[in-house]
Amino acid sequence: MIDPPYPLFYTFNFYLFGVIALASSLAFVTRKSPIAAALWLVNTMFALAALYVMLDAHFIAAIQVLVYAGAIMVVFLFVIMLLNLGHPSEVADVRGKWGKAAAAVLGVILLAQIAVMSGSRVRPEWVLPRGEMDRLLAEKGAIGVVADPLFTNYLLAFELTSVLLLIAIVGAVTLGRRSDVAAEATTGESASAG
Amino acid sequence: MLAEALALSAALFTIGVVGVLIRRNAIIIFMCVELMLNAVNLSFVALSRYYGADGQVFVFFVMTVAAAEAAVGLAIIISIFRHRKTVNLQNINLLRG
Repeated sequence: MIDPPYPLFYTFNFYLFGVIALASSLAFVTRKSPIAAALWLVNTMFALAALYVMLDAHFIAAIQVLVYAGAIMVVFLFVIMLLNLGHPSEVADVRGKWGKAAAAVLGVILLAQIAVMSGSRVRPEWVLPRGEMDRLLAEKGAIGVVADPLFTNYLLAFELTSVLLLIAIVGAVTLGRRSDVAAEATTGESASAG
Repeated sequence: MLAEALALSAALFTIGVVGVLIRRNAIIIFMCVELMLNAVNLSFVALSRYYGADGQVFVFFVMTVAAAEAAVGLAIIISIFRHRKTVNLQNINLLRG
């Protein structure tokens, strides 16, 4: 990111991708068909990746496209197509007027809370000196800026993440296995043992 | 641009919350949760410009947890669909008592 005052080109692109992200997410919530909703969400994630690039987080932007728009959303689309849910359901997918009213009230409250919080003051000693991030980026590069704290200060959390992923793999396989296959395997084992 | 990024993040998060509340399709609700995680990631990245690169490390962890969550959650949805032949949450009320 460039320090203020921002060039017109930068401001224009920032607002452009912001509007794309907002419009795509609105389209995502209102679509009836799950496939269309998932594709609009992918569009939102691409726009967010563009915003990450403009905010100087190049590595995070690449990961956003690879992991979020690439891997996670493909899994979602895969499940939607596997369960044959691609067509809009006949039963009402959107809740009635009480559900909508509750959602509207909660949404307004949430926005008001965030508006109040964004007006709060931050201590000046928490803020990096001006130009510090540019210096770090020039010194370490886009990946080094993320990798340096990840493998020093946050090494324990990083290692624990691998345990989390292992648990998630085992859990997904266990949950996704068909129960009759599992029963067959058990009887097959007991038959071979007998 | 920090204020604009935070405002966009707040709007995306609210859209995600409203989506969770008004939709009944379990998969769409799940994708709304992903949208909320993305909104939080955007504010982390925007703030990391001013408070140091630790915010980007947190985004990294959030993405890992989101991937794990998607795998387990979709497996749960598949096994629910196998029993009930639907992902409409109106028909899945076993825990409601």
